[in-house]
Amino acid sequence: MCFQLAEEERMVQKTARDFARKDIAAVADEANRDGVFREEIYRKLAELGFMGMTMPEEYGGVGFSNLSLTLTLEEISRVCPSTAIAVSVHNSLANYILYKWGSDSLKEKYLPRMTSGEAIGAYALTEPNAGSDVAAISMSAVKDGDDYVLNGSKIFISTGDKAGVIIVIARTNPTGRSRALTAFVVEPDFPGFSIGRVEHKMGMKASTTVELVFQDCRVPASNVIGEEGQGIQIALGSLDGGRIGIAAQSLGIAQTALDETVLFSRERVQFGKRIADFQATRWKIADMGTNLEAARLLVYRAARLRDSGHLCTKEASMAKLFASRIANEAVYDAMQIHGGVGYTEEFKIERFFRDARVLEIYEGTSEIQRIVISKKILEEYEQMYPA
Amino acid sequence: MKIIVLLKRVPDTEAKILINQEGTGIREDGVKFIINTYDEYAIEEGLLMKEKIGGDSKVTVVCMGPGEATEVIRTALAMGADDAVHIADDALTYPGPFTTATILAKAISENGFDIIFCGKQGIDDDMAQVHCILAEMLDVPQVSVASTFELSEDASKATVGRRIEGGDEMIEVSLPAIVSCDKGLNDPRYASLPGIMKAKKKEIRNKNLADLGFSEVPGGGRSRILKWMPLPKGGECRMVEAEETSDAVRELVRLLREEAKVI
Repeated sequence: MCFQLAEEERMVQKTARDFARKDIAAVADEANRDGVFREEIYRKLAELGFMGMTMPEEYGGVGFSNLSLTLTLEEISRVCPSTAIAVSVHNSLANYILYKWGSDSLKEKYLPRMTSGEAIGAYALTEPNAGSDVAAISMSAVKDGDDYVLNGSKIFISTGDKAGVIIVIARTNPTGRSRALTAFVVEPDFPGFSIGRVEHKMGMKASTTVELVFQDCRVPASNVIGEEGQGIQIALGSLDGGRIGIAAQSLGIAQTALDETVLFSRERVQFGKRIADFQATRWKIADMGTNLEAARLLVYRAARLRDSGHLCTKEASMAKLFASRIANEAVYDAMQIHGGVGYTEEFKIERFFRDARVLEIYEGTSEIQRIVISKKILEEYEQMYPA
Repeated sequence: MKIIVLLKRVPDTEAKILINQEGTGIREDGVKFIINTYDEYAIEEGLLMKEKIGGDSKVTVVCMGPGEATEVIRTALAMGADDAVHIADDALTYPGPFTTATILAKAISENGFDIIFCGKQGIDDDMAQVHCILAEMLDVPQVSVASTFELSEDASKATVGRRIEGGDEMIEVSLPAIVSCDKGLNDPRYASLPGIMKAKKKEIRNKNLADLGFSEVPGGGRSRILKWMPLPKGGECRMVEAEETSDAVRELVRLLREEAKVI
């Protein structure tokens, strides 16, 4: 298999890299230290076309591949992983769900605002008692005339307080398990919508994470995405893209861990020689580099498969599981090689160490990924060797 | 107005440059190539001028370089240039500045021009000669190392600022002219994603030496590169250590006198 990038993909990668190294790097340290979401970064990203990059031109998009989005998220994450969160959720969940399942009028109403960057998209699925277990969602949506009335709350919603368009999965059938969930487009100024608790996280501090509270929140029936009862299909059908996004973020973090490790270990001298010349350091560098390249192949393959229209659930889960794991190993080893200074805010690795941890938790924990992967593998064997 | 921007493909500033075994060039395997950094200011200035004048102004990129240079040309087109001329020929390996200028002069004079922007020098061989020779050949004035540029109302001349030791020098130049651009002249834009998509449809006219009417490499005999050599390795560093500084100094002086024989 050959993973030569197309010329246009290399060009997207270069623009993303240049933008990240210049515009994002200029604010990243401060934004992460103070926990500030820098809206102007997303405006600039939108001006360059990144907020609608995989959408077609008719909705203000540019029509690039998922692999181009993957490369973009990787480059942004090399500089500021938390900035990549909103770019990922916006593109691979919000834009994608609206485009794939939304009615023409919903697409015409919302997508141009999203691709232009006027409205950032968020995605609200998780509840106190439903995350990994999607079917346990309890937030209710009851039909009332031309509206649905939503009650309940969503937690851990990335950029929920900055978004102009929020995709919410709620329960329209109080008892059933199949076809019981429905996806809605909610705007923050709908009556009955408010922001609840704001989380103080270990890392990813330049991205906000909030609770969304719905108290008799009225959502027009025309804002149902797809049909009533299609919610679970939409929620599960959009997971692959989201997981590839987090896998791309993992690549960026692992790459920076390697970069920082090599640069630091060439400078740092102990016992009369560079620590890069000690075998203990060398072995870590070898493992980091090898794991990173292996992860990159898995992630790019999953994105390519998705671009070619193939089902890539297993591949996306494998990419996310492996890339998030090796990113955490990389930041761990990178900090070990840095020693004491790596534990201080003076060195970049401290921030990346904290940012990396959630990679194995959000968009499906590593345990959930293993369930998905093993289920798929067993199914393949069932087909090949029926019992 | 016909605005020309000269473009050169050079190794990335971060690339580690290794000389090939024969000493005839660099090893290109694994080296990333980019637009010559100073040329980015030239592209931006060309685009700013086009945006200012409007009408049927056009920015044409002219690049001499191997087939792989298409990628940097496409990047310039993605930034907003309208079309490009790409001169490539297997006979052109490390052409000297006179050769390059001769070929560019021919390619440029075919369609005429009102102004030519280029980088102040290539960041690879740092010769900074092509635009000067080119100006002679095209018989137009040139201003090098521009840090400011202002077009006159009637677009017949320009005022160009040059940062020199201790101040700025302001030069008025009539058009057509060649202006070589320095860092700080402007803030080059990124190649936007819609720009990258549009660039795929923009025209790149490929030319070889024969297309331009040359039967052999022009000016080849004027100067040639004899050999490329790596930098000599730095000498060994020896630390002079002693309990008392005065003893260390005494030892250092002795070494300089008796071993290094420099004092």
